Amino acid sequence: MKKILVLFAHPAQERSQVNVELAKAAKKLSFVTLVDLYAEYPTGFIDVDLEQKRLLKHDVIIFLHPFYWYSTPPILKLWQDMVLEYGFAYGAEGTKLKNKIFFSTLSAGGPQKAYTDKGYNHFTIRQLLAPLEQTALLCGMKYLPPFVLYSALKAYDKNLIAGHVENWSNVLEALKEERLPIGPACKLETLNEAIYKPSKSNSTQSHSTKRKRA
Amino acid sequence: MGGFLFQAFIYLTAAVIAVPIARRLGLGSVLGYLIAGIIIGPVIGLVGTETQDLQHFAEFGVVMMLFVVGLELEPHLLWEMRHRLLGLGGLQVLLTTSAIAGIGILLGYDWRSSLAAGLLLAISSTAIVLQTLNEKALMKSDGGQASFSVLLFQDIAVIPMLALIPLLAIPELMGNIAGQGAAIIAGEQGANTGHATFSLVDGLPSWGVALVTFGSIAAVILGGHYLSRPLFRFIAESKLREMFTAAALLLVIGISLLMTMVGLSPALGTFLAGVVLANSEYRHELESSIDPFKGLLLGLFFITVGAGMNFEVLFGDFGTIISMVLGVIAVKACVLYLLSKIFKLPKPDNLLFTLGLAQAGEFGFVLLSFCTQNYVIDEETGKILLLVVALSMLLTPALFIFYDSVISRISLLGNERDADEIDEKGTVIIAGLGRFGQVVNRMLLAHGTRAVVLDNRADVVDGLKTFGIKGFYGDATRPDLLHSAGLGDAVMIVIAIDDRERSVELVRHARRDNPKIHIIARAFDRLHVYQLYKAGADDIVREMFDSSVRAGKYALLKLGQHPFEVEKAANAFVEHDRDTLRQLASVWQDGVSVFDNPEYVDATKARNKLMDDAMKGLKTELHDSAERGWTPPPKKGRTKG
Repeated sequence: MKKILVLFAHPAQERSQVNVELAKAAKKLSFVTLVDLYAEYPTGFIDVDLEQKRLLKHDVIIFLHPFYWYSTPPILKLWQDMVLEYGFAYGAEGTKLKNKIFFSTLSAGGPQKAYTDKGYNHFTIRQLLAPLEQTALLCGMKYLPPFVLYSALKAYDKNLIAGHVENWSNVLEALKEERLPIGPACKLETLNEAIYKPSKSNSTQSHSTKRKRA
Repeated sequence: MGGFLFQAFIYLTAAVIAVPIARRLGLGSVLGYLIAGIIIGPVIGLVGTETQDLQHFAEFGVVMMLFVVGLELEPHLLWEMRHRLLGLGGLQVLLTTSAIAGIGILLGYDWRSSLAAGLLLAISSTAIVLQTLNEKALMKSDGGQASFSVLLFQDIAVIPMLALIPLLAIPELMGNIAGQGAAIIAGEQGANTGHATFSLVDGLPSWGVALVTFGSIAAVILGGHYLSRPLFRFIAESKLREMFTAAALLLVIGISLLMTMVGLSPALGTFLAGVVLANSEYRHELESSIDPFKGLLLGLFFITVGAGMNFEVLFGDFGTIISMVLGVIAVKACVLYLLSKIFKLPKPDNLLFTLGLAQAGEFGFVLLSFCTQNYVIDEETGKILLLVVALSMLLTPALFIFYDSVISRISLLGNERDADEIDEKGTVIIAGLGRFGQVVNRMLLAHGTRAVVLDNRADVVDGLKTFGIKGFYGDATRPDLLHSAGLGDAVMIVIAIDDRERSVELVRHARRDNPKIHIIARAFDRLHVYQLYKAGADDIVREMFDSSVRAGKYALLKLGQHPFEVEKAANAFVEHDRDTLRQLASVWQDGVSVFDNPEYVDATKARNKLMDDAMKGLKTELHDSAERGWTPPPKKGRTKG
């Protein structure tokens, strides 16, 4: 059984429609440790020792956050800068994170079609997250594509949040039970596709294949 | 009835006019009452001999005062005082009595009269001293506590003195004045025996007396401890305030009566009862019930002291009497000063102690009448001594004023203990090493900066030395001390002293002496901030502001707000407040009360409205500043991520 650490970062939670729900769902699961970084470090001074201890106790590390300016909220960058120390996360002796699984779960305001080379955002989300991907690789972690909710601002009005939360719980369950095929999932554009894939008859399947990287 | 009303009218009028004026002039209420008494007594003669009787009645105010003092003194504090009580008090009575008796014998008086005079003049005035110390909030100071110890001992010592005096009777006097003035004496005798018509200890063998005496004290202590609570609860449940007042009075009077019946001091008894009740939940209720009676009776007592001055005798031998008064005060002060040295009272508390207790007291009147009645002191000397006692009491407020305006000021200037030689110069000076300055100093030390630290409290400087923190004793507002601390080439001075005016002065001085220096100043409130800013301070920190904001943050957290939301709200509040401060500073005028400054009032109102609106959830600038950032775009616009 794999243990999962979700590092949750949302600086305006009273306005959050998606991420807070995802955090709540994760918190209910016994094998998940949910850390609300803005609650633990409201003044921005991160307890490096505590965070490193947490990393050691878990096999899967997930950033849960809204997609701000094509990146994470600032506290997650601060977290990386502070916690991923030389000799711990990287360098000859820094092998503490080796083979742990890492990915981001995020909500993006724009629609999926905006995140293409023809769209107004010009890059896919996975491409935009390249720094995180390379950070994970340098630390010897297995990097998975992000688990994404596009058009997040409309999700509430369209009643899409409950379904997304359910998918998210499924992802966590699958990771725990090692049911998620890591090798193939690494190559996907988003982790959502790995969840939809098994049911080939599912209508979302054709939808998701279109999203595949060219 | 008419006569009583007329008298009451005169006494009250005199008090109501004289006391507020005296207080306004900074003379204290005691002097006000005394002057009121002199005016209605010897000066315009509105009241006559009845003041003597009134005085004995009013002495009960002293008993009440000791009850209230006891209420404020918890038993363990009394226990901690025991050394001072016996040591300071005992030595004071012993040394003063010996000195005055010795002088009397040298002047050719009978040794018995001299000893009696020594005894009665050794007692200081509990009424005046405690009243004044309370009024000046000096009761808790070292000097106040020492004074109280001595006064308490004296009040207790009066009892054995009353037993001793009859043994000093001079046979020759007995023949001369037998029967003379017996009426007056009989009246006065009533005072110290509390008008008791019978005694519980008369005719008992000595072991019986001891048994009854200790039994009574035990009854007061045990009764206060176990019976008072149910009794007061029962009375409190009646929800009649005056019943509680009646019960409180009953308690004090009952104990006084019991004490006089067994031959103990009523003051001592009620004091003990007060101490026993100090831990009771009814303590404040008792205190507020007794307080008005205590105040009025004491006031009446002071008036009668003033009214009872015999101007004929005084002006008949003015020189002798005045020199006796000054002599008594000088002798008493010398003894007290000596004791303050032996008991190592800090400065300037030792001088408060010395000057505060240098008068004779109300028990002096009691002992004096007892002496003349028992043929220990002759009538003529008695009249003169009466004036000496009264005049020395009259001078006490003056001595307190002298202490206030001269001595405590001089000692603040650091003349008491020579300022330390400052052997290091630093780039940073910290003035004031209280709670504020200490934190600053520790933070600087943690970063390897040794500041030159100044404080004008010797005990603080010495105490910190034991923790390895080096400070220098001296008043940081003294230019020469600042100069030797290196003000001229210091980079920075942190002004952390706990004194409004002096910190402004210090900023001004530092700026003038070293225009380039960076000044960080501790401020009390807004107005102080403006003054410090005008004086030239660079960084001004309101001492309570940041800690209050932190308390506010804890409150919001407890109400379930998200920690980061709390942080943002606090930040917005601080920003708004600082902004307000800056705006108000621009319209503030030095020397003009903010209430008389329409611009300031308007600006304050406008800023307050902003805050109010934000609290009501209305959209405002303040609301925006807390809510900006991480706000999603409007639904139809383009998105940013």
